[in-house]
Amino acid sequence: MIVESTKDRILPIIVLLVAVLIWLVISLLKVFPESVFPSPMAVVNGFAEELRSGRMVDDIVASLFRVTTGFGLAVFTGIPVGLWLGNHVRARAAFLPLINFFRSLSPLAWIPFAILWFGIGDLPTVFLIFMASFFPLVLATIAAVANIPSVYFRVARDYGFSNTEMLTSVTLPAIAPQVITALRVTAGLAWLVVVAAEMIAGRAGLGFAIWDARNGLRMDLLVCGMVVIGIIGIVLDRILLQLTKIPSVRWGYER
Amino acid sequence: MNDKPLVVGDVSLSFGSIVVFQHLSLAIERGEFVAVVGPSGCGKTTLLNLFSQFLAPDAGRVVCSERLRMVYQTDSLFPWQTVSENIALGLRHLREHAERERQLNEMLRLIKLESFANHYPHQLSGGMRQRVELARALIGDSDILLLDEPFSSLDYLTRIRMRNELARMLMQLPRTVVLVTHDIEEAAQLADRIIVLSDRPARICAEFEVDLPRPRELTHPAVVTTVHKILAELGFEHDTRRAMVSPIV
Repeated sequence: MIVESTKDRILPIIVLLVAVLIWLVISLLKVFPESVFPSPMAVVNGFAEELRSGRMVDDIVASLFRVTTGFGLAVFTGIPVGLWLGNHVRARAAFLPLINFFRSLSPLAWIPFAILWFGIGDLPTVFLIFMASFFPLVLATIAAVANIPSVYFRVARDYGFSNTEMLTSVTLPAIAPQVITALRVTAGLAWLVVVAAEMIAGRAGLGFAIWDARNGLRMDLLVCGMVVIGIIGIVLDRILLQLTKIPSVRWGYER
Repeated sequence: MNDKPLVVGDVSLSFGSIVVFQHLSLAIERGEFVAVVGPSGCGKTTLLNLFSQFLAPDAGRVVCSERLRMVYQTDSLFPWQTVSENIALGLRHLREHAERERQLNEMLRLIKLESFANHYPHQLSGGMRQRVELARALIGDSDILLLDEPFSSLDYLTRIRMRNELARMLMQLPRTVVLVTHDIEEAAQLADRIIVLSDRPARICAEFEVDLPRPRELTHPAVVTTVHKILAELGFEHDTRRAMVSPIV
């Protein structure tokens, strides 16, 4: 068991190293010109340059701020809306087509309106991230509420739960595992959207940095931005993954 | 004090065009263990729902004059709570923390799950979960226990073990019990009185009494004879079989 877990930890690192090695070999063989296929060394140098100028940190902060604001707004409105719709069959039937419509609509389609309504900067990006995460979160919460076995509410009634307790001590813990999964999925979505949104409607942020690097033909900085985006995406998911380790939600993942 | 804490009198109930009960009457005595058997879909669970006032009859009267708890057919432990927390639901009325702890520990000892107090239901076996369900319903002060096919999801041997477990728990914590079951052996092994319901609209087609202390051996002649009688009543065996067995009794 212990041997296996060490192996499990080492294997991904080996795969990663091999990938970088292939990258290095391709760039050393000059299969593509350096200007369109930057070498790992060039990217490392670009990374150092970006860090020294402080731009990288500014971009990371800008992007993270927008994602946390937009995603946070979606969580604090989407989950209550989902709870309410999950508990009201008729309202659910009435709103579901509309919610499904917006869910199927790529949030990027809103970019022109976002710029027209909110200009350039934080606001349009926050709006786009909200549009990307709100609808999937509502849908996931509705589904989770609708799937709670009715026997739980019967038991709660038998043991004298108040209406507030039905919500806080039955509904919320019963939907927690599914909602946490939805949070992970939508946070990933929000992180995808922020990059795209900043390319067009931003003046800072990792998406903007990529666009700026492309305009300046600095492919090394472009790859540098891609690497940072990928790593932060993984870190965000790791943080949310911790939620699934709370003892009172383990049941949702283990059976 | 009323000697018959659970009564349905002349009750009729329909769901749309499906007539479940028509002028059904049944009274349960204090301290009695009554099992209700019958073909599936005949209204056994509905009868419990009438007793627990979850359903109201279309006509007739339902009396439930004492505090009642129910164990459901499906897994009804809260999966997000530990064994202790689930059982402690039955002690919500107690204000005093120390007393709650005392009763909880006593119950954990009774169901022999002290070392599983902080486990979650999904970490337990089916039989253990069922013990926790029973513990939650039996802890605290209730008078009546309604059991809706509580062991139906367990394997045969675990089911037999759970019957003994239930009998043992009831010796410590006596209750008036109504057990709905499709398991005729279970009814004969546990109940003082077995009520056989007919197809819908359900009426009482037979009543059998088993005058034998619990826990009972499954193969005790009186239990076996009762099983034969019930099966004959339900049309699965002929009376001749019963005659063949009776010399042993």
